[in-house]
Amino acid sequence: MAGCGSVSEKTSNSSNSDSVTLLNVSYDPTRELYEEYNAAFTKYWKETTGQDVTIQQSHGGSGSQARTVIDGNEADVVTLALAYDIDSINKNKELINKEWQKRLPNNSTPYTSTIVFLVRKDNPKNIKDWDDLVKPGIQVITPNPKTSGGARWNYLAAWGYALKNNNNNQEKAKEFVKALFDNVPVLDSGARGATTTFVERGLGDVLIAWENEAFLSINELGKDKFEIVVPSISILAEPPVTVVDSVVDKKNTRKVAEAYLEYLYSDEGQEIAAKNYYRPRSEKIAQKYSSQFTEVSLFTIDELFGGWNKAQEEHFNDGGVFDQIYIKK
Amino acid sequence: MILTIKPFKLKQQSVIPGFGITMGIALLYLTLLVLIPISMVFINSSSLGLSNFIDIVTSERVAASLKVSFGTSFFAAAINTVFGLLIAWVLERYTFPGKKLMDGLIDLPFALPTAVAGISLTTLYAQNGWIGRFFEPLGIRISYTPLGITIALIFISFPFVVRTVQPVLQGIDTEVEEAAACLGASRFQTFTKIVIPELFPALITGFALSFARALGEYGSVVFISGNMPMKTEITPLLIRTKLEQYDYAGGTAVAAVMLIISFVMLLLINFFQWWISNRHNRS
Repeated sequence: MAGCGSVSEKTSNSSNSDSVTLLNVSYDPTRELYEEYNAAFTKYWKETTGQDVTIQQSHGGSGSQARTVIDGNEADVVTLALAYDIDSINKNKELINKEWQKRLPNNSTPYTSTIVFLVRKDNPKNIKDWDDLVKPGIQVITPNPKTSGGARWNYLAAWGYALKNNNNNQEKAKEFVKALFDNVPVLDSGARGATTTFVERGLGDVLIAWENEAFLSINELGKDKFEIVVPSISILAEPPVTVVDSVVDKKNTRKVAEAYLEYLYSDEGQEIAAKNYYRPRSEKIAQKYSSQFTEVSLFTIDELFGGWNKAQEEHFNDGGVFDQIYIKK
Repeated sequence: MILTIKPFKLKQQSVIPGFGITMGIALLYLTLLVLIPISMVFINSSSLGLSNFIDIVTSERVAASLKVSFGTSFFAAAINTVFGLLIAWVLERYTFPGKKLMDGLIDLPFALPTAVAGISLTTLYAQNGWIGRFFEPLGIRISYTPLGITIALIFISFPFVVRTVQPVLQGIDTEVEEAAACLGASRFQTFTKIVIPELFPALITGFALSFARALGEYGSVVFISGNMPMKTEITPLLIRTKLEQYDYAGGTAVAAVMLIISFVMLLLINFFQWWISNRHNRS
């Protein structure tokens, strides 16, 4: 729920050639990842160019973070939860090149994740796959897709599973998702809130969560209390990254900002992502961490929903499918 | 927020000279900090056009959330009025050890960040929480229901009534009550005929302040309400969901409706207060 992280230092020393400051505006669950990555990149940049780079991090809900950039927060790079939020930065004025997603490999997504289930130890309700979530008497915890970017991935993962299981019948998918949300007793406004509801308050039988968040919860709360269940089919969650062109050109930081994002694809960057439970793109590193991630059949937003803008409009905007689920009862 | 209706006297003698300058500063300050920000709400939402505006604010989900927000805020303010009076009374009329400490505790809800309050209350009142577990067997759910929202709102708006009633209670001379007793009034009569009318304007002010504070509350409620559309969704959350869709105009349209309803209600409350105190002064 926290708003934006504090960014106290001014970024005025970027003109000085032996030191430069970058601001990375990101979303909540990447805090630990970027703390580790920033230290690695600072070292790498000093070794290759002799320049000192200081990286400031700002974290918050993905949508709120995008809004701070729209309203003038001078982020050199944005690393958000979904492409839609980055596209939205251009809504009033083009701050980022429209073709931003083609600038870096893999849709400008250096690491990925997927949607999995967190259940209580020994899986008392025997939850194995999406079908188990719509059974009567099962309580499902997921945040509100209207306020949480992460929750939109959860919702679309369920929708995609239902499509694949019903020969792409949209009506059947809608029924499935409605049945699922009928089992949701509480809609938290953010992903961390939903985790708290499930873990601390003991509410619900299953939490739908990002894989990296599920790993973090388990590590923090003890493996003796929860386990991860990976469904048969899930969505490929792609949190993309890009430089903010208008800012890097003004601050003259383009070179280092681009290097900062490219280095995410290096072996070291990929390894840090994997250590923080994001699935790496690099085959080599993925191989090394293969015991950590369960194989799962993944589909993308582009395949099933025609991209984020379309998915947002059809499902989550006012009057969209999500609203219909709740209003026409 | 509180309109005191008094005849406008320009040439009032005052210890502080320079009416022109102080008035100017007061107006500038109010304009910069209150009028301009609030008018932005109306300017932002005006880009929608009237028919869109009406469509948005009369949609089922907005109407349901307004009902939740106004209903829970009203109950919270009403409960605060009763118990605020009781606490102010205890603090003013009795001496006991730890009184100063108790007096200090009253303001703590103001100092606590509301998100923290929300999380603590949710933990306490959840079905496995310290308090919630005693209500669960009785079939009473507190967290994630309108009841939970009301409790959070009572918590965050509670100091207002105590702090508005306290000074008035201090100002009432106990001699008047003694005189009433000498004239043969029962304790109950003294309380209802002497004390309550004297306190009434302060109680109403406290109620109005609590109510207004509770209406705008977001931080603590999102944790305890469960945010279920049509059931426990408060209007400020709905405004946020609109902003989350980058729908600034839609969000401010809902905010504008909230402002208008609150303003009319506060106006009515103040009128009621004026009418009561006028009637009381005349008799």
